[in-house]
Amino acid sequence: MQKRPILLSILDAASIIVLAVSTYLALVFAPTEAVMGQVQRVFYFHIGTAWVGLLGFVIAAVAGIAYLITKNTRWDRFEVAAVEVSTVFFFITIVLGSIWARPAWNTWWTWDPRLTTAAITELIYIAYFMLRQGIEDPEKRARFGAVYTLLGGISAPITFMVIRLFRTIHPVIIGSANANQEKMSMTGDMKVAFFFGLFAFTVIFIDLIWHRIRLGSLEEKVEQLKLKVSM
Amino acid sequence: MLETTPDTSGYMIAGYVFAFVVMGIYVFSLYLRNANLKRDAETLESLQAEQDAKAKKK
Repeated sequence: MQKRPILLSILDAASIIVLAVSTYLALVFAPTEAVMGQVQRVFYFHIGTAWVGLLGFVIAAVAGIAYLITKNTRWDRFEVAAVEVSTVFFFITIVLGSIWARPAWNTWWTWDPRLTTAAITELIYIAYFMLRQGIEDPEKRARFGAVYTLLGGISAPITFMVIRLFRTIHPVIIGSANANQEKMSMTGDMKVAFFFGLFAFTVIFIDLIWHRIRLGSLEEKVEQLKLKVSM
Repeated sequence: MLETTPDTSGYMIAGYVFAFVVMGIYVFSLYLRNANLKRDAETLESLQAEQDAKAKKK
């Protein structure tokens, strides 16, 4: 059985610490926003999870390309790990956004371009697992998965850019907004909580991906053992 | 007239509880899947060892 690397144990501990610090910064350290009140604190986790969610979908597309070139199953395991962890985080992003929207926009959901593209992106990656489950041959499964993530990866930059391309009620956080858009402004303490949140979720994301890759290796081992025993 | 900040703390609590519950469920699912696969691997390895021993006897 594979022994757990020390670095992974350190990363586990670091993930718990940064998550705790990020929660403290978001809930206690950052000031209360004057217009929306306490619900604005959801923003720090909303952005943190969105960042790693979209990053993972792009990473999965890169891993998909690497698999198609090398045919090395390591890339397939990496791709699955990136998609799975990102799907979980992006689901949190969407629900947190909906919870925030209720008091801010007076609705749980609206078919705004950002919300629509985010929902489509999430559904694309849920369908990815359904596709994989429907293919028994590991080589074919990996190849189809790689092509799928390559195409699905396009949805991540579209989701990110859509608020800059279309008229939307979703505020712009990163970069400059045009005349029709709302640009969210932050105080110094809010920026600390915001950037630490991005850092914290990046650490947690790497940690979870590493665990999921190890799980993938174990899945592959069990699959090979099953084949040997049945022969 | 100055408007007071609305009390939206219930939404904030709901958001953070949701985020922690989902992350917790995911971490637990990783642990559970890992434990099940380890058990499967051990069972299959012992089965394979039995098969190898039988093949040697023949």
